[in-house]
Amino acid sequence: MAGIYIHVPFCKKKCLYCDFYSIGTSSKISQYPILIEKELSLRKNFIANQRIDTIYFGGGTPSQLEPLQIDYMLKSISKEFYISHDTEITIEVNPDDISEELLQGYRLAGVNRISIGIQSFIDDELLFLGRRHNAQAAEQSVILALNNGFKNISIDLIYGLPNSSIDSWRYSLEKAFSLNIKHLSCYHLTYEEGTVFGRRLKNKKIEEIDESISIQQFDLLRELSIKTGFTQYEISNLAKENYHSRHNTSYWQGISYLGLGPAAHSYNGDKREWNSSSYNDWAQGIESEKPALEYEILDEQTKFNELLLTHLRTIWGLNLLSLKKDFNKTLVNQMLKSAEPYLKTGKLSIVDDCLRIPSKYLFTSDGIIGELIQIDD
Amino acid sequence: MDNIRNFCIIAHIDHGKSTLADRLLDLTHTLTERESQNQVLDSMELEREKGITIKSHAIQMEYVYEGTNYLLNLIDTPGHVDFSYEVSRAIASCEGALLIVDATQGIQAQTISNLYLALNHDLEIIPVVNKIDMDAAMVEDVKDQIVDLIGCKRDTILSVSAKTGEGVPAILDEIIKRVKPPQGDSEAPLQALIFDSVFNQFRGIIAYFKIFNGTIKKGDKVKFFNTGQEYEADEVGILRLKLVPRGSLNAGNVGYIISGIKESKEVKVGDTITHIERPCDKAIDGFADVKPMVFAGLYPVDADEYEDLRASLDKLRLNDASLTYEPESSLALGFGFRCGFLGLLHMEIVQERLYREFDIDVITTVPNVSYKVHTTKGEIIEVHNPSGLPAPTVIDHIEEPVINAQVITKSEYLGGVMKLCIDKRGILKNQVFLTSDRVELTFRLPLSDIVFDFYDKLKSISRGYASFDYHLDGFQTATLVKLDILLNGEMVDALSSLIHRDYAYDFGRKMCEKLRELIPRQQFDIAIQAAIGAKIIARETVKALRKDVTAKCYGGDITRKRKLLEKQKKGKKRMRQIGTVEVPQEAFLAVLKMD
Repeated sequence: MAGIYIHVPFCKKKCLYCDFYSIGTSSKISQYPILIEKELSLRKNFIANQRIDTIYFGGGTPSQLEPLQIDYMLKSISKEFYISHDTEITIEVNPDDISEELLQGYRLAGVNRISIGIQSFIDDELLFLGRRHNAQAAEQSVILALNNGFKNISIDLIYGLPNSSIDSWRYSLEKAFSLNIKHLSCYHLTYEEGTVFGRRLKNKKIEEIDESISIQQFDLLRELSIKTGFTQYEISNLAKENYHSRHNTSYWQGISYLGLGPAAHSYNGDKREWNSSSYNDWAQGIESEKPALEYEILDEQTKFNELLLTHLRTIWGLNLLSLKKDFNKTLVNQMLKSAEPYLKTGKLSIVDDCLRIPSKYLFTSDGIIGELIQIDD
Repeated sequence: MDNIRNFCIIAHIDHGKSTLADRLLDLTHTLTERESQNQVLDSMELEREKGITIKSHAIQMEYVYEGTNYLLNLIDTPGHVDFSYEVSRAIASCEGALLIVDATQGIQAQTISNLYLALNHDLEIIPVVNKIDMDAAMVEDVKDQIVDLIGCKRDTILSVSAKTGEGVPAILDEIIKRVKPPQGDSEAPLQALIFDSVFNQFRGIIAYFKIFNGTIKKGDKVKFFNTGQEYEADEVGILRLKLVPRGSLNAGNVGYIISGIKESKEVKVGDTITHIERPCDKAIDGFADVKPMVFAGLYPVDADEYEDLRASLDKLRLNDASLTYEPESSLALGFGFRCGFLGLLHMEIVQERLYREFDIDVITTVPNVSYKVHTTKGEIIEVHNPSGLPAPTVIDHIEEPVINAQVITKSEYLGGVMKLCIDKRGILKNQVFLTSDRVELTFRLPLSDIVFDFYDKLKSISRGYASFDYHLDGFQTATLVKLDILLNGEMVDALSSLIHRDYAYDFGRKMCEKLRELIPRQQFDIAIQAAIGAKIIARETVKALRKDVTAKCYGGDITRKRKLLEKQKKGKKRMRQIGTVEVPQEAFLAVLKMD
């Protein structure tokens, strides 16, 4: 079982907070599916002979691609791998790009899950984030997706904005839950280096939100999700039963994935690869059949640390029995020793041989996981 | 002897001493082209970088004047207040001094205090205004200052640019004309003054001396007057860029001796060399056993480097006899050394040299001066360490070292400088206007008050104009307390300090504030307290971390996230554990630099 991720690096306009790799829209778009097809045939052995369980078009802005282009790439994949009607095929779309033709086209191409970059249902916040759409278009896009046959709809929201409040967050959340969506991704705003927001923060043009508001917003998210039947299965992800993102979950559960396109990451259990974050270098690498990528072979300790930092983000936690089976005693014992103070204070729990961070402490998970990972002296 | 001239250069930092010395070496062809590199005399990398001379140096030049051959011995002097004793011994070895004053800066405190030393030793002063090529040069004003200061004739002041070479040849001529040849009797019993020593890994300790009387020959049996140690002169010679062995050296000359000495502490600057047979009656005046006055704990950042630190200190002491150290341990920092320094700059230099020459990173604790504790039983205990302070019940009284400090400032900053000195418990002793806008202040100040942040403050109050020099001047009674810092109730011994009672509250409060900035938030609240005995005098809290999460963890980039966490964990491993609290190394260092 494996996943395929296709990074679509084209954006009409760069959002002020986003640090995913993207370039403007350009003539390069038309050649893109052909390059992806070629990269797939060059790198398919990375996940050789595995059934493809999920395919994910992420961005950038995948909705800058025509349905026929999506269709072309999905057909390319099906030539090399087995895809069933059960394969989760997701595309991220921008509310501003959505139209009936687009949605119908994607659906006909085989897309069965749609993830809409709503971010907020409040105009001021959308303006602040540098999004192309307004609140009305946001709501409209969800309704349009529902009306055009998509049952499995996810939306993204951002909280912790400097101009947000508990009430504004409540408004966006309630609006989201009132629509017939199955999945919700909620990210606290982070200020990444190299983004406009990162610079503005550094130059003190904007100020981070007060920590206590962040925490109340996070608590509100937990509270409302329980009321509406959503499960918070990962720090930033919530879903109705059986509607968790299988693709994203594979990242947290150590399932192999092949990433295609510039800056895409791949993983197959023993090795991680990441493509060049330069469109031209990536494209030339594909044309010349020498993919421009870097890689890292994972040793036991690295695998161990990755397992901790991915699994403990989720509701499923970390199974200690299989951990003990797969890793040497010293690593496991040292980790359990580091865990002791947190087990005492309830910031970690072990139930049925499963190590977890209880949901109310997920907001301090970096510090906890940071204590548990093991490094050489 | 009539053809020898011994001189030194008196100058403030950056007034162009080293550049001028290089020019003189060029003019006398003392260096071959190949040897010539900028600022030859500042041989330590650190000296070049800081633009100051830490060790003395000496070099002999040959110069023909009106058909006669002359030997010119330039004795370079250390350029910082911490080394004033070494400066005085170098000056005692000369008959003349070039007084270099920067035409853009005018006279500075250090110039004046060294000038007084030179005048006390009856040196012929040749005033030189340097940097006349600069746009900001105020040649005539500076000449006024010099005339006022030493009462010389205006036309005896030389104007030069060491950078362009303009006017420099005249300096050599003036040295020969104006500086008296050394006095002394080559037939009299040997009497030679040691003004410096250096360590050479193949030859051992090399002592530099000036012969006042007598003659020293290779193979002579000699003894050092004050230490009483006896040696054989394996090699004697003169100092060029390299050592040049000679069969013998006569009175008036400057040279070196190698006699198989292994330890720098055997060679004390200011000591007198004489023969075992036919010794001189008395030592040359002015010898003093220089004692370190500032003490601090030095701990390896990496606890495994304790033995390396010891070995490195051993090596450093080979050419720095004024450095002392003894083992010490701290609950917070582990094993380290209590080190004694001449002053704060000396401490910085040692720290820098450990890092650069030996690749050892150290944590320095809050420095303190050396106190004399008089006990109720009438004993006197020297205390170098907060933990060494006896219980209050057995202390009769405590004495602290005081200094005589000279500050020269532009008169517009006079008020600020006065306030600073008085705030630091200073007593104004004298105030002299050098010119209409420059004033020299003499203060008596407790040494402990300048150990901390005095120099930085002086510079900032005077926008960098004020200059400062000091000499130790006895002891006075002090009201001292031991200030402790507690983290969640646990005392951090490495942060304890000995401090004057009047400062304790303010200092304790600032320590707590600084630590609050430097200790990262952890999973629980951290109480930072300052205490005198059982009494808490200040408190700050580092609030527990409540939001510590990476929102996004997909797009498949697990590597970046993992590396970030691993890096943080590495950083944490370098932290010191005080009870349950993790304290970064920087916290121990930064408390040294508080406003």
